[in-house]
Amino acid sequence: MSSDPDFISSAGPKTEELVFDAKEAQRRRRASRMQRVGDHLKREWQLYAMLIPTILWLVIFLYKPMYGLQIAFKDYSIFRGVAASPWIGFEHFETLFNNDQFLRALRNTLIMSAYGLLFGFPVPIFLALMFNEILNQKFKKTAQTIVYLPHFISSVIIAGIVITAFSPSAGIVNTILGWFGVDAVYFLTKPEWFRPIFIGTGIWQEAGFQSIVYLAAIAGVSPTLYESAVVDGASRWQMMWKITIPSILPTIIIMLIIRIGNILEISFEMIILLYQPATYQTADVVNTFIYRQGLQGGQYDFAAAAGLFNAVVAFILVMTANTISKRYSRTSLW
Amino acid sequence: MTNMNLYSRGDRMFVILNMILIGLFTISTLYPFIYIASLSMSTGFEARAGNVVLTPVGFTLEAYKQVLAEPLFWKSYMNTFIYTIFGTLASLAFIIPGAYALSKPQLYGRRFWNLVVAFTMWFNAGLIPFFLNMRDLGLLDSYFGIIIGFAVNGFNIILLRNFFEGIPQSFEEAARMDGANEFQVLWKVYIPLSKPAIATVALFCIVSRWNGFFWAMVLLQDEDKIPLQVYLRQVIVELSDDEEFSTSLLTAAYSVETVTAAIIVCSIIPILLIYPFLQKYFSKGILLGGVKE
Repeated sequence: MSSDPDFISSAGPKTEELVFDAKEAQRRRRASRMQRVGDHLKREWQLYAMLIPTILWLVIFLYKPMYGLQIAFKDYSIFRGVAASPWIGFEHFETLFNNDQFLRALRNTLIMSAYGLLFGFPVPIFLALMFNEILNQKFKKTAQTIVYLPHFISSVIIAGIVITAFSPSAGIVNTILGWFGVDAVYFLTKPEWFRPIFIGTGIWQEAGFQSIVYLAAIAGVSPTLYESAVVDGASRWQMMWKITIPSILPTIIIMLIIRIGNILEISFEMIILLYQPATYQTADVVNTFIYRQGLQGGQYDFAAAAGLFNAVVAFILVMTANTISKRYSRTSLW
Repeated sequence: MTNMNLYSRGDRMFVILNMILIGLFTISTLYPFIYIASLSMSTGFEARAGNVVLTPVGFTLEAYKQVLAEPLFWKSYMNTFIYTIFGTLASLAFIIPGAYALSKPQLYGRRFWNLVVAFTMWFNAGLIPFFLNMRDLGLLDSYFGIIIGFAVNGFNIILLRNFFEGIPQSFEEAARMDGANEFQVLWKVYIPLSKPAIATVALFCIVSRWNGFFWAMVLLQDEDKIPLQVYLRQVIVELSDDEEFSTSLLTAAYSVETVTAAIIVCSIIPILLIYPFLQKYFSKGILLGGVKE
């Protein structure tokens, strides 16, 4: 784009003219570009007026905190503020990786995500396949209406239901166990019960709603496939295995890739509501650790370091998953 | 698949088994809600004795009387309405024009601006920097902070932008001939044509506002400003921590369990009222949003 006058001046005779021409041309180009930008803004300023509030919002509320992330490398003091606090390099990260609680939280995050994936991922697929086999439309509609519902209920309410249902005296779970002569268990104080309860709650809340994606994929399968299968005398079971499942396999694989990419994203709000010191050893995850250390304990810089580590690893995972799924399906999901 | 005859005995078995499994899953989804509703209408004594299984035992509305007599319940309920209504309006006020501008090919640096939006979906600074930023902005303990601080999210912008992009140019040409400016084109052409997509985004906002508790809990210390979910959490924490307090109410007509259950019922009702709309638009929303970046 921009020509280099020095280069031209060493090129040969008539240098001065050439220099003049080049400079003049550049000036004119710039002027005409300014003119064009000016005209464009004059004509389209309304578009920019519409865009600016959103961009400003993103800068103030999401990008400025990214600038604030530098406290992970600083000895942050509230009085000095972000910019004036002194740099200390990777000290917080060294402390972090020698901190048993953090390592435990990291391990718990991965373990719970892995269990969530193992037990939670297949359920919506089964549900969608089963919904698809229901012939009575009214029954199907009613069942769907009910299983989608928990998705819209707040985690506080879900936690309230879980705590009530599992309570040692009044809870229905212990009542039922009592029928079989089992003594009451205070489930939510038992570390070994935290993960099953948390993961089970997640499946109960989200599996129905997550089945929508697979139902949409099933709806896209060509009816002629089923018609010719019927002509060939295939049973419904065979059609499900030979037609429906292979047809939705791409969707399943993309959803799996995305789930793996989001492995650090665990619903810590629910954990904050359900865990207690007695269950930290199995329940504490990275974000709950950050919440306790930073927001409750005031160790902002240290907690920000944990958060930065989490965010960077999550970013890499998500981008990798996105790239793989893009390559796999040629349509990126996000 | 609907009009297909059931051919063999195997098929019939399969269909019946399938219906039973779906039925069981549906019942297990519904049961906890029935249990909570029954608990809320049982006496505290029966609730604590673990006698409530399916229907209310010793029917009483004492728990509801307790809940409704608590000023903080009403205050927090009001606050939730304020956060939900104004928060959703704020979201739409930012998102609709922003998404419209981003959908226009003549916008300079359109790829860059889209990246600015999309990047916030992949990377966020995390809890601590966000909190410190809100504090530095003086938005702790403030209605304005909760309303404005969570107004925009990348996913909703992209969802709406995709929808706007799908509207054919020809629709706006007539308006442009009449000399309409961008604001008028957006208002008179795009918004009426995008009602389903806007409804979807609005419902996303309403649900996340109604249900949101974490940041309200962190950012609001003043009890007069907390939303219902934070109030509910305080009651639940009492329930799980304060066993002694609970047992002291053993003979009462209500107990912490029944009161909690009653608050849960009160807080679910508005969601149930808008649930028919939610169901209609949300499934579309996920599929719309899942198209491309």
